[in-house]
Amino acid sequence: MSLLAPIAAIGRNTMGILAALGRISIFLFQTLGHMVRPPFYIKEFGHSLMTIGYFSLPVVGLTAFFTGGALALQIYAGGARFSAEAVVPQIVAIGMVRELGPVLVGLMIAARVTSSIAAEIATMRVTEQIDALVTLSTHPMKYLTVPRVLAAFITVPLLVGIGDIIGIFGGFLVATGKLEFNAATYLNNTVDFLEAADIASSLIKGAVFGFIAALMGCYYGMNSGRGAQGVGKATKSSVEAAAVLILAANFLLTSVLFSS
Amino acid sequence: MITLTDVHKAFGSNKVLRGVNLTIPTGESMVVIGGSGTGKSVLLKCILGLIKPDSGVITVDGQDVTKVDRDAFLARFGMLFQGGALFDSLPVWQNVAFRLLRGSLKRPKDEARAIAIEKLRRVGLKPDVADLYPAELSGGMQKRVGLARAIAAEPEIIFFDEPTTGLDPIMSGVINELIREIVVEMGATAMTITHDMSSVRAIADKVAMLHDGVIQWTGPVADMDASGDPYLDQFIHGRAEGPIEAVR
Repeated sequence: MSLLAPIAAIGRNTMGILAALGRISIFLFQTLGHMVRPPFYIKEFGHSLMTIGYFSLPVVGLTAFFTGGALALQIYAGGARFSAEAVVPQIVAIGMVRELGPVLVGLMIAARVTSSIAAEIATMRVTEQIDALVTLSTHPMKYLTVPRVLAAFITVPLLVGIGDIIGIFGGFLVATGKLEFNAATYLNNTVDFLEAADIASSLIKGAVFGFIAALMGCYYGMNSGRGAQGVGKATKSSVEAAAVLILAANFLLTSVLFSS
Repeated sequence: MITLTDVHKAFGSNKVLRGVNLTIPTGESMVVIGGSGTGKSVLLKCILGLIKPDSGVITVDGQDVTKVDRDAFLARFGMLFQGGALFDSLPVWQNVAFRLLRGSLKRPKDEARAIAIEKLRRVGLKPDVADLYPAELSGGMQKRVGLARAIAAEPEIIFFDEPTTGLDPIMSGVINELIREIVVEMGATAMTITHDMSSVRAIADKVAMLHDGVIQWTGPVADMDASGDPYLDQFIHGRAEGPIEAVR
């Protein structure tokens, strides 16, 4: 019996993970279904655009700025080992746009937006506000989930684009201010080296990461347990799931977009 | 008329409803009483379709609630939730006029606000409360706002879930009186679930006692004290000794 216990535990965990994936998939398809069927709650959508997009700008900007600056320092120090200090502008640009920009913005959105959505909706669940919505002839998924997921899908790529620019600017400031790069040469090298496909991949990743972040917040919020503990667990689980799925999606997207 | 026939509902191994049969005639105020955890809220949520019963039939005016157009069905209902369930992100008047600002009952914003303020006045709140947020209100005021929201769209049927929980006796009396007045004034069918006997005597035309997943006793409120039912007697007199097991 004891010999089989670890195998049984693996089986239980596997079944649990598959069941969770199934539930999330159903939630995803329900969300997509509600996105194309009226009624549409424009005011809630506008509110979500502001809270998810506009109010995330400071944290995204600061994260990108410091990351770009640190990246410039690292590449300069690392490149010096084989006399490749001059590639700082190109590597900062490609590193920020292809990888660090979308991933860091995605993770910051998971921390800021996913947690906030999950906590808000879970509290609404616990205090019967979701039931109240139903009794007031308002579908909770249409009113709560669709505006948030759609807003994240639209605004996170914009945030990623802005984050990419700020990150490159951070690298530029460090390179020209501390590492004595020529400003015009730095900018020329950055612009010449970046391709449209790099920028497109960054924005595509942003859209997917935004979708995942909001969807996880809504899913765990809607399925919250009771009481303060239920809200806490929903919030924690939503951020964990969003972060892991964003990193997994990043790997898949990178494999697909840069396979050639 | 609301009719429940042999309604069962279980959560895992916990059989909450074990064959509930109950009729609430149109225009009457039915109060369902019973101890905590006996399934009163589950019963109410089954009627509204918030919880799906495992078996049994629930009809409203002869129509099976699982087979009706949900929007049209829910438009006939108003509900006061136990904790108010007011939307934190919206000011009071938008909570009250929620149904009037969207969906099939949508009105112009000014008209919806005017109706909200009128309903707030009806429940004893001044117009300046309209622009406050729920978090800025006391528990009693939140109940009143919840009541105003429940009646905003002039529903035919109103449900009250533990309307006096968490209120002091005076405020409970005020809310009970308001509920009774409004139900009579609107001619609505009302169903209240509570374990507050002062609410029962103030609100009810008829009383049903839910115990062990079934309706143990039902009858006019005037017959309640002389029912001879040992379960009901123990409950209304709050005795620890009797057929209902009291966990100490």
